[in-house]
Amino acid sequence: MHIYANPARFLKLARPLTMWLGWSGAALIAFALFAGLFLSPKDYLQGDSVRIMYVHVPAAWLAMGGWTGIAVASLMQLIWRHPLANVAGRALAVPGALFTSICLVTGSLWGRPTWGTYWEWDGRMTSMLVLLFLYIGYIVLADADRERGGEGRITAIFGLIGAINIPIIKYSVEWWNTLHQGQSIGVTGSSIDASMVWPLLISALGFSLLFGAIVLMRMRAMLARQKIEARLRRMAA
Amino acid sequence: MKAKHQRLTLLALAIVAVLGAVLLAMSALRDQAAYFYAPADVARKGVPLDRAVRIGGMVKGGSIKRAEDGVTIDFVVRDETPAIIPVRFTGIAPDLFKENSGVVAEGRFLPSGLFVADEILAKHDENYMPPELARDGVKHKTRTLEGGTT
Repeated sequence: MHIYANPARFLKLARPLTMWLGWSGAALIAFALFAGLFLSPKDYLQGDSVRIMYVHVPAAWLAMGGWTGIAVASLMQLIWRHPLANVAGRALAVPGALFTSICLVTGSLWGRPTWGTYWEWDGRMTSMLVLLFLYIGYIVLADADRERGGEGRITAIFGLIGAINIPIIKYSVEWWNTLHQGQSIGVTGSSIDASMVWPLLISALGFSLLFGAIVLMRMRAMLARQKIEARLRRMAA
Repeated sequence: MKAKHQRLTLLALAIVAVLGAVLLAMSALRDQAAYFYAPADVARKGVPLDRAVRIGGMVKGGSIKRAEDGVTIDFVVRDETPAIIPVRFTGIAPDLFKENSGVVAEGRFLPSGLFVADEILAKHDENYMPPELARDGVKHKTRTLEGGTT
């Protein structure tokens, strides 16, 4: 990891990678959404509203994955003082918040025809809403810390503390009685029929690649900005 | 001890402490954070008469009875224990409200033990399959990703 402590070396890799991830992600998403809308069957109970799953589930996975990434970046910053860790954490926060919102909105739209309600305060939904607030808090805190000229240590601590919510989201459907159904796809198998699982997995891969591209784009923009600021300071001196 | 190792140890200790605190809080919340009571919970803890509660479980097969007025439904909620709750609901139930599928009802218990619901939500389970498979009776079977069934 320390090879990439040098931003120039990181950028050399990140530049072409952004393009590859972005375009292959977009292509996979387009194909998965086509498959989800036209090739996969409707559900025996939910009917056509099951198709929301092809966006909702990848969004939920990435929302949680995004904060897991923030936690890892926070650790790397606090312990190894990796120069890119703070940049990575800040770059993850905005797409993470975006995917959390997508997850909440699509879930709500699915809930109305399936459960009969847009929103209920059950364990899964509440902890997911808390995740959105954590993301917003992280973004605001990181911004404030940067304005002040800090190294982002306070943001990293917040990122670590917030990571406690991730297992709570995951196990909320097991620990408590919830309206939200239990886990369908696990390490051992899936209770979703194969004809619906394959578009879901392609969609998840596509959205993950796109997520990666957004993060790299944001990291590059932040590094470019740091460079400009450093140059301006030198000119002022 | 290098500074890096000192930070590592300190942080590991802090994480363990925070994690422990949260797990304790969560286990204390276990009952309060439950979205609904199952019939077994009601049987164990008694019927709360003084306040509105939610109950949930499976709609017992063959228990749905629609009254003459067309909007009142009587049914029985069960879980995996012998405990059951008789429920009466007046209103429009969601489409997915069916026998042998999940339900959450909000309302109050009468002293007789009958639960009068003001609102009914259908609870969906984790099984997703096309209609043809459901007709063939593949219901509630977990399929592995490799294609076999368990």
